[in-house]
Amino acid sequence: MNKTVNQKAWFLILPVLLLVAFSAVIPLMTVVNYSVQDTFGRNEFFWAGLEWFEQMLASERMWNALGRQIAFTAIILAIQIPLGVFVALNMPKKGFWASFCLVLMSLPLLIPWNVVGTIWQIFGRVDIGLLGYTLNAMGIDYNYTQDFYAAWITVVMMDVWHWTSLVALLAYAGLQSIPDAYYQAAKIDQAGRWKVFRFIELPKIMGVLMIAILLRFMDSFMIYTEPFVVTGGGPGNSTTFLSIDLVKMALGQFDLGPAAAFSIMYYLVILLVSYVFYTVMTNLDKRDGH
Amino acid sequence: MSLILEGVSKSVNGQPHIHATDLELLGGTMNVLLGPTSSGKTSLMRLMAGLDAPNTGKVIWDGKDVTGMRVQDRGVAMVYQQFINYPSMTVYENIASPMRLLRKSKDQIDSAVKKAAELMKLAPELLARKPLELSGGQQQRCALARALVKEAGLVLLDEPLANLDYKLREELRAEIPKIFEEAGSIFVYATTEPEEALLLGGNTATMWEGRITQFGKTPIVYRQPVNATTARVFSDPPMNFLKVRMTGGRLHFGDGQSVPASDAFTGLTEGNYLAGFRPNHLEMAKKGPSALEFATKLQVTEITGSETFIHLDHQGDSWVGLIHGVKILEIGAMMDVFLDPKHVYIFAEDGTSVAPASYATAA
Amino acid sequence: MAKITLENLAHSYLPKPTREEDYALKSMDHDWVDGEAYALLGSSGCGKSTLLNIISGLLHPSQGRILFNDKDVTMAPTTQRNIAQVFQFPVVYDTMTVRDNLAFPLRNRGSDPAYIQERVQQIAAMIGMEATLDRKARGLTADAKQKISLGRGMVREDVNALLFDEPLTVIDPHMKWELRTQLKSLHHEFGHTMIYVTHDQTEALTFADKVVVMFDGRVVQMGTPQQLFETPEHTFVGYFIGSPGMNVLEAKVSGDKAVIAGTEISLGQGFGTPTGKVELGVRPEFVTLQSGDEGLPVTIKRVEDVGRHKIVRADFQGIEINIIAAEGENISPDMNRVVFDTAGINIYSDSWRVAPKAA
Repeated sequence: MNKTVNQKAWFLILPVLLLVAFSAVIPLMTVVNYSVQDTFGRNEFFWAGLEWFEQMLASERMWNALGRQIAFTAIILAIQIPLGVFVALNMPKKGFWASFCLVLMSLPLLIPWNVVGTIWQIFGRVDIGLLGYTLNAMGIDYNYTQDFYAAWITVVMMDVWHWTSLVALLAYAGLQSIPDAYYQAAKIDQAGRWKVFRFIELPKIMGVLMIAILLRFMDSFMIYTEPFVVTGGGPGNSTTFLSIDLVKMALGQFDLGPAAAFSIMYYLVILLVSYVFYTVMTNLDKRDGH
Repeated sequence: MSLILEGVSKSVNGQPHIHATDLELLGGTMNVLLGPTSSGKTSLMRLMAGLDAPNTGKVIWDGKDVTGMRVQDRGVAMVYQQFINYPSMTVYENIASPMRLLRKSKDQIDSAVKKAAELMKLAPELLARKPLELSGGQQQRCALARALVKEAGLVLLDEPLANLDYKLREELRAEIPKIFEEAGSIFVYATTEPEEALLLGGNTATMWEGRITQFGKTPIVYRQPVNATTARVFSDPPMNFLKVRMTGGRLHFGDGQSVPASDAFTGLTEGNYLAGFRPNHLEMAKKGPSALEFATKLQVTEITGSETFIHLDHQGDSWVGLIHGVKILEIGAMMDVFLDPKHVYIFAEDGTSVAPASYATAA
Repeated sequence: MAKITLENLAHSYLPKPTREEDYALKSMDHDWVDGEAYALLGSSGCGKSTLLNIISGLLHPSQGRILFNDKDVTMAPTTQRNIAQVFQFPVVYDTMTVRDNLAFPLRNRGSDPAYIQERVQQIAAMIGMEATLDRKARGLTADAKQKISLGRGMVREDVNALLFDEPLTVIDPHMKWELRTQLKSLHHEFGHTMIYVTHDQTEALTFADKVVVMFDGRVVQMGTPQQLFETPEHTFVGYFIGSPGMNVLEAKVSGDKAVIAGTEISLGQGFGTPTGKVELGVRPEFVTLQSGDEGLPVTIKRVEDVGRHKIVRADFQGIEINIIAAEGENISPDMNRVVFDTAGINIYSDSWRVAPKAA
């Protein structure tokens, strides 16, 4: 057989490989290194085997943080995905108002994480915050620094405010690609609004919706800055999610070994879930016959 | 100038798209790839262009092995079914773009663009416009002009007229061979329509399920198909078929009719065969003493103004007849149709042609 | 099923149309008979899609009325018109099975399940998809999907009209034959009023009882395929129908004689003395090539073998004349004259046909 493959292509991707090696592989290996060793300072390390992993798996603190994390991610997905789709369905399809809505929707996405945190931190304050002050003036007892529910509601609302737009924009793009003929056929078939959504719109936006879910899952599962700025993980540990806990452990207490083991397990969970998503998505595509 | 494919094949994910294919194309010829959708026309073109590398075999351009060479390094021009132009450039800039890449002088570019535009009947005032301001036909003319000025040795046209209106297609179809004849390149033109292949002339390769079933001069492939698949692909409306049997020195057509094994049927051994004939050879009146007669049931008629298509049921087989003139007939009625044996092709049971119709070999 | 009446109907996409050019569809009056198959034929931008959209209720005309069975539906929305439509690209509900797709319009109207079951089975048999009824529509080929769209259109027995918007665009030539034949026999069997929009003359002519030829927002002729072929009312019809189209030559006509660039030919019947720009139209099918010195002098440019016949392109003083010759006919280079069959000659004045006058 003749050489039909152009080997030059390998040289072209070499820079990317090097870049990835420096930016991802080497730091990751450092973490792996920490996770299987112990140190008593002075840069001396001892082999610790899987001790840190065992310790972390047995740690109630980690399980609690994971529980909170799963609850948080589940809640925001359950709100953002339907809400985003609902918003997308009701956005104007063309003309001035369509562009206006698009700009309006992208605004929250352009604000840096820590600023979002600060905005909500002030917004919810009982003394000077618009939300906090108004609620209390109305006789509702709301204080996110002291009350468990108030803290969760604030953090969830903040995330919904920040990220629903992303879901809405993706769903909107998906909806725009549906040819008019489908809507007309549905009219002719006398399909109601729900059936139009169920049998035309939903199947057509399923692909982008999967991407939206995946992005929102990964992002919310790793959330750190915003809740940290607003509640600092409190009151108590009530909004201490995985990342916040990890940083407390690694930098606050300088337990590098357990923190490294923790990070690796954290990383594997995200990788696993993303992989499952990817498989589901490609299968959806295959059924489409592409 | 020549392009030779030697045992070229291509599979994607274990699915064979092109089976091992040999083909030789010469400079200054129009070569039509004729076949239904997903019969491998586009895949084969991509191999010719170098957009895909074959799994096996060699692509030889002017005696030089160019297998695996990048498409940018070969002199190839391609026009697609979709009208592909650079939307932000004017028509003039679009046509000039391949020559700019070749670093031709300004004067050379200018004269070549004007000449190509004239050949493609793009009026001078259109040259200053953007492609999207033109009609579909003009956009495709622009794309064709761009392929023309490139002076590529190999020009690939992948169903370039499929998205155009019927009449426009008819006009461009008549012009394209004239224009490209002069250019001297190798032209490869993919189409799903048998009539288009006939109008373009040149050579035709009929394709079916990733194989070239026959390659040769277009009228020869049309009149002397080497197998039933080629005959089926190269017939619109589709060729009609009938099971026949050779026994006792006579070819039996059913209903007690038989003809002696003379002329084209000489030398057929005893056994079962498949007889094929084209719709336009079916007659409603007996025109000669030797004509075969079949009792059929009329399913549907279609009148084109000058001709009538009759769709018939012959003992479970669907047949189509193309009759000259306008015939008003009763649907569902029984109807006798006639066929001159000289228009009958005989294929073996595996589809190989064993006796081409005598009218075709006589011509 | 219904009779469709277009009354003084016109449409403009501009808010305040003033001139005739502003109208995408120029004023027209037509009665379309119940149970007939009509084809709207024309090139892109001739107004055929505008007309279809007005009939389907997607567009409300800027002038005039449209009636189904004498009932005014001009402003009625699509849902109330009780029509069915098959689109250019197959519209199927991907996540449903073929069966559910076919049953969908009936279920939405609350039909009896037993009836739906029976009717779907019947339609599946008609379109030849009984074997795939329980498969998901996703992943089927384009022509199978288009058959489903067709079936969904046929499933309701009470539709006023079935509309087709270039339904065979994405279908392979071989499948086109099958689908068209199927459509034709379904029409024969059920007698729906059908309206079929296309730019393809073969599709229009073979499908329809009456073909409506449109040009520049106007109906230039409505007639049977035979009428369009034999007596095109406008030179555009002559050009657009037939392939190649009609030969059109400038001529001076008086009585039953025409003079074309100095050569006199007989017309077989009298036409008086038409005024304006006078042209003679004759289809390639009625032109015969011969040698000798009778007829118009021509030189042969090209001979195209189209299989079932030959198209000869000849030059007559810089004008191309097309001739259709039989498959087996020999075209020799010394053939230098063409003669016209008088039965196929039409005379045009300013592009419109002049009726022959009784002698």
